[in-house]
This record gives sequence, structure tokens and C-alpha cells, in this order.
Amino acid sequence: MLTKRIIACLDMDGGRVVKGVQFVNLRDAGDPVECAAVHARDGADEIVLLDITATSDKRNTMLEVVSRTARCLFIPFTVGGGIRELSDAAAVFDAGADKITINSAAVKDPSLIGEIAARFGSQAVVVAIDAKRAHRGFEVFVAGGRTPTGRDAIQWAREAAACGAGEIMLTSMDRDGTKAGFDCELTQLVADAVSIPVIASGGAGSPQHFIDVFRDGRADAALAASIFHFGLENIGQLKRELQAANVPVRWPC
Amino acid sequence: MIAIVDYGAGNLNSVKKAFDHLGAKVVVTTQPEIVATADKIVLPGVGHFSALGALDNTGLRDAVLQGANAGKPFLGICLGMQWLFEGSDEAPEFAGAGFFEGRCRPFPSSVKSPHVGWNSLEVREGSHLLRNVAPESFVYYTHSFQAPVVADTTAATEYGTRFSAVVEQANIFGVQFHPEKSWTVGLLMLKNFCEL
Repeated sequence: MLTKRIIACLDMDGGRVVKGVQFVNLRDAGDPVECAAVHARDGADEIVLLDITATSDKRNTMLEVVSRTARCLFIPFTVGGGIRELSDAAAVFDAGADKITINSAAVKDPSLIGEIAARFGSQAVVVAIDAKRAHRGFEVFVAGGRTPTGRDAIQWAREAAACGAGEIMLTSMDRDGTKAGFDCELTQLVADAVSIPVIASGGAGSPQHFIDVFRDGRADAALAASIFHFGLENIGQLKRELQAANVPVRWPC
Repeated sequence: MIAIVDYGAGNLNSVKKAFDHLGAKVVVTTQPEIVATADKIVLPGVGHFSALGALDNTGLRDAVLQGANAGKPFLGICLGMQWLFEGSDEAPEFAGAGFFEGRCRPFPSSVKSPHVGWNSLEVREGSHLLRNVAPESFVYYTHSFQAPVVADTTAATEYGTRFSAVVEQANIFGVQFHPEKSWTVGLLMLKNFCEL
């Protein structure tokens, strides 16, 4: 049976993990290479590395980290942040990423999705959407959630899929950082609107929130950015709880 | 030496990396002459079945078929596995190699497509590629078309329908999932292939 994926997300700035999962047993809690390896061992189904600064002077540091992380990571590895054109994506793939995420650049020029997909395959293109509840429906924000676009999130997800996106990574800005649970309504609307997988993000605060977003939100995967903040030992423990609730997960692995 | 055939379909880094990790001597090549000198051949590939048309135009198809017919261990991954069948509804104008009977078809409309993520194997005994692989291991998939279960299927997976996850016939092997992205289970299969 196809399982629901738990994706570990590491936010990185200047080559160091700055947010996300905190470790107790690491020699160096900020080293992305080691963090990714520990997650993989603990049962993460995928690793996402987000370069949250993405300034040009730190770009080469990022590529070097991607390359070192990819060398020993034999699960899907996604890299995002600062990808504005095909050549940016190509550099990240060359460094060893399996997929890239694009956000603002895709909103600005949706043809970028098809361009990257034509060269590297749709499976390698994840379109990240930051959405916020609006007067009516959900609105797309870009530039790290700073700039409203006036676009409807569900409509944009449909368009991105039609352009050749392989997956949608959907972040609820209302829930992000609140630990109040994923936005199941938003997730379900997008999941029903597209046939490509939807990764839910923003708001995880307990194992029950994952159960809810898989069942009610119909998410295919969910992002665990700060799982240790709510007292879980590791991803394996989360997976055991999901399994006990009859959510299909890759466990043991 | 293992030749990973590069015909322009996607990113072959991950496949190479996995073989490097296992200590295998491996080259990624676009050259039919290099494929001809290899001891083993790997045909990866993602994307559309029509991408395989590039094999025909570059002389790689002949080099790959000669190696396979000469008994060299051959592994098709994802699209490379679909090529081992007669063809695919995704691009009916391109012929597969026809080592296995049947054509690749889309998933039934009852399930979302593409099929992306970790799904379990139903392993049949006696597989060489799956030696020491636990019977219900999880592997990572990403594909929109699937190959039928045939007599040479040594593992199947269920998603809307039952399809071939692994096929093998003498020296010819095919896997629909990505062993290079399937954690220790996938590495074990690649190690088995290296040791053939």
C-alpha cells in the first residue's frame, strides 16, 4: 500500500541549520549533513533543505552543503530557496539534489516550471505555495510570505500542475509556527483540485495533527520541521503513533 | 566496469552516487563504444517514454541490446525498466526492447497519478536481484505508467492495480522504483546486481 510520507525539513542559513529539528545526540546540531543523515536513519521518508537566506554570496556554500549531504543520502532529497531560473536549478541538481522547490519565481513566470520539468522531469519539480486565508478563499503570498499576489491558491495549484509540476508543497501561513495543527481545509481543497501529490506544511504540533491532515486534509505527505519541539523522540516515534492510528506509513524501515 | 547509459533523460547523479557508495567502478556515458566495453549495463531514466527515442538516434540502442544479448548483467530502472517491455501507451510510436511481454499502461482512474512515494513489495522467492531483501520491504516510486505482472515478475506492488515492481530473466533485470533512493533496501539490490 502506498504510504503517507513524513518529510524532514531543515532550514539553512549560510551552510548551517538554523531552525527546525533540534538534536540531543549530535556532535554538531547545526551541520546539515549530519542532521539529514540522522533523520534518514530515524525513518524520514525524504529530506528537504531550504536555503532561507539565498543571497548570492552564500550560494556556493549552499551548493557545497548540498553536495556533501547528497553523497551519503539514499532517500529523496529536495533543495529549495533562491531558485529563480533554469541555471539555478541545474546547479542544484548537479550538486546532487533529486528535486527542487520553486515558489516566487514560478508565480512570476509559470513557464519556468515547464522549463525545468522538460530538462529534469516533472518528478523533480516541487512548486511551493504559501497560502493565507483571505476574505474569500486562500491567497498566494510570495517573497517568503511578505508579498500578497491577489491570486487564489487553489487556482494557482491547478495551474502549476498543468504547467508540469510534480508535487505541491503547501504551507499554511496562518498555521505556520502556531503548533495548532495543519490547515486541513486548505490542504483538502488543493489535494482535491490536483492529481499530483500534496505535501502539507505549517502548524504541526502533535501526532494527532498528522493523522488529521492525512485523513481529513487528504495530504499525501506532511512536513515535520520542528517535531522535537513537541516532545517526540524522533520521526520513528511519530510513525509508530501514526501506525497505531492505522495511517499507512513506511515503518519499520 | 558498470556503464550507466546517459541518453539525456534526467539527472543520473543519484544512480552513480549509489554505485560509488558501494565501491563499484562506474561511468556515466553517452558513448555506444564505452557501453560496448562495460561488464554490466544500467539504463536509468525518468520522464516520458518518448525520451527513450534518443537511444535509437544515438546508436546507444544497438550497443545496449548487444550487451544484453551477449549475457551481460543489465538493469533497467524506472523508464529503463518499462523499455524492457514491448512498449508503452505513453508513446506508442516508440518500440521497447521486448524482453518481457506486454505494454505499459496508465494507472486506473480510481487512483491519483503519478504514483509517488514509498510502497511495499510483494517479493516472490528465487529472485537474484532481491537476495536477502525482506519480503515486504518499502521502495520509493515516482511514475505515471506501469508494467503488467508477467511470468518473469519477481516482485509486484499494488496501486490501483497490481503491477511489476521487479522483473528478471537470466541476465536482464528491471525495477520500476528507484533503488538509489530506497534507502538500505535499494542499496542491497544494487549490491546484489554488482555481485552478479
